[in-house]
Amino acid sequence: MARTNTSRTTSGLNAYSGSWGEAEILHLLKRVHFGVKVEDVNYFKTKTLNQTISEILAIDYSPPAPPINNYNDAFNDPVIAPGQTWVGNYNSLLNGVRMASFKRWWTGELINHDRTVREKMVMFWHNHFATQTDVYNWPNYAYDHTALLRANAAKNFKALTKLVTLDPAMLIYLNGDKNSKTAPDENYSRELQELFTLGKGPNSNYTESDVIEGAKILTGWRINRSTGAVYFDATKHDTTNKTFSSFYNNTTINGQTGANGAEELDDLLDMIFNQEEVSMHFARKLYRWFVYYDIDETTEENVILPLAAILRSNNYEVKPVLEALFKSEHFFDTANRGALLKSPVDFTVGLCRIFDIKFPNTDYVLKYDLWNIINYTAAIQQQDIGDPPSVAGWPAYYQIPLFHEIWINSDTLPNRNKISDVLITYGYTVRGTKLTINVLDYAAKFTSVAYPGAFIDEILPHLHTVEVSQDQKDYMRSILLSGQVEDHYWTDAWNLYKNDPNNTTYQTVVGLRLIQLIKYLMNLAEFQLS
Amino acid sequence: MKRRDFIKRVAPMGLLPFAINGQPIRAYGKLLGTDAQDFTQTDKVLVLIQLNGGNDGLNTLIPLDQYSNLTAARPDVILPENKVLSLNGLSGTGIHPAMTKLRDMYNDGKVHIVQNVGYPNQNYSHFRSTDIWLTGSDSDEVLTSGWVGRYLAEEWPNYPEGFPNDDMEDPLAIQIGSLVSPVCQGPAVNMGLAISNPTNFYQLLSGDFGETPDTWAGKELSYVRTVAHQSNEYALRAKAAAEKASNLSTKYPNGNSLANQLKIVAQLIAGGLKTRVYVVTQGGFDTHANQVDATGGNETGYHASLLQRVSEAVDAFQDDLELLKIDDRVLGMTFSEFGRRVVSNGSIGTDHGSAAPLFLFGSKVKSGMTGKNPVIPSNASVNTNLPMEIDFRSIYSTILQDWFCLNKEVSDSVLLHNFDSLGILNSSCEASSVKQVQSKAGDAYIMNYPNPFANATTIRYYSDGGLVNINIIDSRGRFIEQVVSSQIPLGTHETVFDASRLSPGTYYCQYQNGMVGQTKSLLKVR
Repeated sequence: MARTNTSRTTSGLNAYSGSWGEAEILHLLKRVHFGVKVEDVNYFKTKTLNQTISEILAIDYSPPAPPINNYNDAFNDPVIAPGQTWVGNYNSLLNGVRMASFKRWWTGELINHDRTVREKMVMFWHNHFATQTDVYNWPNYAYDHTALLRANAAKNFKALTKLVTLDPAMLIYLNGDKNSKTAPDENYSRELQELFTLGKGPNSNYTESDVIEGAKILTGWRINRSTGAVYFDATKHDTTNKTFSSFYNNTTINGQTGANGAEELDDLLDMIFNQEEVSMHFARKLYRWFVYYDIDETTEENVILPLAAILRSNNYEVKPVLEALFKSEHFFDTANRGALLKSPVDFTVGLCRIFDIKFPNTDYVLKYDLWNIINYTAAIQQQDIGDPPSVAGWPAYYQIPLFHEIWINSDTLPNRNKISDVLITYGYTVRGTKLTINVLDYAAKFTSVAYPGAFIDEILPHLHTVEVSQDQKDYMRSILLSGQVEDHYWTDAWNLYKNDPNNTTYQTVVGLRLIQLIKYLMNLAEFQLS
Repeated sequence: MKRRDFIKRVAPMGLLPFAINGQPIRAYGKLLGTDAQDFTQTDKVLVLIQLNGGNDGLNTLIPLDQYSNLTAARPDVILPENKVLSLNGLSGTGIHPAMTKLRDMYNDGKVHIVQNVGYPNQNYSHFRSTDIWLTGSDSDEVLTSGWVGRYLAEEWPNYPEGFPNDDMEDPLAIQIGSLVSPVCQGPAVNMGLAISNPTNFYQLLSGDFGETPDTWAGKELSYVRTVAHQSNEYALRAKAAAEKASNLSTKYPNGNSLANQLKIVAQLIAGGLKTRVYVVTQGGFDTHANQVDATGGNETGYHASLLQRVSEAVDAFQDDLELLKIDDRVLGMTFSEFGRRVVSNGSIGTDHGSAAPLFLFGSKVKSGMTGKNPVIPSNASVNTNLPMEIDFRSIYSTILQDWFCLNKEVSDSVLLHNFDSLGILNSSCEASSVKQVQSKAGDAYIMNYPNPFANATTIRYYSDGGLVNINIIDSRGRFIEQVVSSQIPLGTHETVFDASRLSPGTYYCQYQNGMVGQTKSLLKVR
């Protein structure tokens, strides 16, 4: 489709000093959260920009409660009691139900995430260090892998790269655990350079022989399949000296025998991370994740370059980079707001968080089943957490020219509408419990709910990012008023409900209209933007 | 194997329609076998014209035989007696002076008037009364599905799964400018396509989706709108139909939004859409103040201009239908959520009232009037309201039975209450002792037999191997029972639903399996 010749901004990383209010808070939270809760917007209204960024980056690294045996009714677990965690216990017969359990649990973490950017970063890393559960096929490793990403969400990129290299899921996925001196397997060495560190840009000039040499260095790592422990088998390791290309300044990494062979990995990573291009590649990926897919020359100059420099000068600590980005005038530039298309997870988990959909607390089996609905509806839109389509991650983040427009096509868009329509009308029912949007509770969060015009003005920025025309707003008002022209009909109906909230007639009168209004807002194209 | 293919290949049960109490019953759904005859009356169209705000019936259809009481009751808005238009064959009833065209249509035999239409225990709230009219509920009952939606769900029980398809390529209903009305809301999904206003419709035709800001957000917005348009097969069908036909009448007035909506309707019907119901709206009838222009004469002013609009729009529409030679197939009806108070208020207007007249129009209505003039007491007070003579659902029943040719049992099931036809249409339904409903269209994932049933019915459904949920809810949407909620192996399965403890009436069976949702009506009889 034709690209408009829209002028891009020249703003850079200078600290944003413009107004800080609801519009800015919504813009920021829409990027760092999976769907924005009204309560969170109200919370940050009491904070300054700097306080807000601080809190967003104040990640709690204590691991959340792990996935549990929710599957016992379907498949009896001989060791782990219902409700107890299966993490740490290996039983291949239970792999299927436990992988399902893991994905549901992760969905729960997404729905219930706190005010920090942690889960968005976990997903960023998952997309970056892509692995696929249906390739390595062990729920224990799936859990361990994401736990690793979570434990390092905004920590050190270089350190994380090493940890991922030696993570069982990755070792299986890219054949690291079969890599032997007799015939080194190049898979990981290639992806390490091509995808995880240097990228494929014009300044990334590692060679085929660099891939081969890297593969030799990576030989010898194995997994104890019954415990998940990774160990170094020196007998499988290539102990020759490895010499790299002129891109790497013809560096030689000396081969080492015995247990010391394991240290060659550190030398490899040191050599790779010495390249500026690593920080550039990372900065571009972060930019595409949090800002927009298009990186023109000005943005490369004014944003990517300085972000990369911050990463390097902080020894590959990610937090200072995030801080600089989120505080920048470029991030808050109005030209850059509201332009990201929601990913399926943004969309579906977002519905749960925006509308504060209630999940049962005590019946964990039911809770996991309800999380499953959110998980598979996002999967149908082509984002199955744990299973990106390839080692390159989801194409929305790299595929020229469409990038995130790939999420929206004539199959996925109607499905999105279907999901939001079902949630706001008859809901998804499992064993008598309905997953649905409670429009009455949602509307009550807005102080101007009783006044149609003001209510629409208040709610629109939460659900949309682009302002609609006055005609559209009038139409929206007419939905609430069922075509009447006097605002007080709505006010009276709302107040009747408010003063007698258990009255089903009053509930239905305002509920039906709120459903129609909010459904309409979600069916508009504007709802797909973030 | 694709899911759709599986459904088509499932062997029929070998079940033939059998009798309950000597009455043959209908067969539903593709799963049952192909002996069911096609429903033949596929070309009838209903056009609903919703007058929003509560149209003042007493100044629309005037009881000429009670002019002194009427004048005493509402001196501020009473129409000059000599200006009221007379109607052929009705000595005591006249029509508002602004409605000359509608008067002409009545005299030509194309209008049937029904007097004093309402419901017991009038509710005077716009919202509640509108909901009552659109859902067909009793005054003290709350329903969330519309009567048209329930009717369409009866005709096309598989919708939306497998739609559009060769049997039904077109939207089942189209609402134009009708405020996302619940009238087309079915027991599960909305059964209609909404075109929010005529401008949007013309945008749809031209491929212009409105302005977007000159930012990256604007660019992405355009992208999503384009995809939305391309995925909306119904919008594309409407566009194709509109391109095939043009309006032929020269009578359509300018600056008349109701006429603009009806123009589109005529164009779509003539263009070949099989859409069954159209809903259009005219607002502004909530005339609490300045209903008439006293200085110009009470026959002028705001209400007069609204009625003139309706009159001219309907007239042009009928003219167009006749020129396009589709008038035999179209029935129109105007309705409003209530009439207005007998007495006028201090603001030269009237407040919310109760029963009011309603007009049916088209080539196939019986000419004339049903009902009598309302009785205006000599001592009318602010508490005086006109009693209902005809329940509005009798009119719906007339349409369902005599226009759409449902038998009474199905009509009652759609209306969720028992009403008889008023016999005011000149249309015929194919004579048949067993009325078959066209239900082959689309993909059936769930069906039940027998239906209707007295005690139990077998539910037959498909599973893709994942989680299946089947819930039974009542006509008010209340949860009755969960029949299935577990992982079900791939294939077709059956389960018996024992309804012996339930009261007779309409229930709904809600099915969910993966992304597929389907709802079927169940009719329990004594």
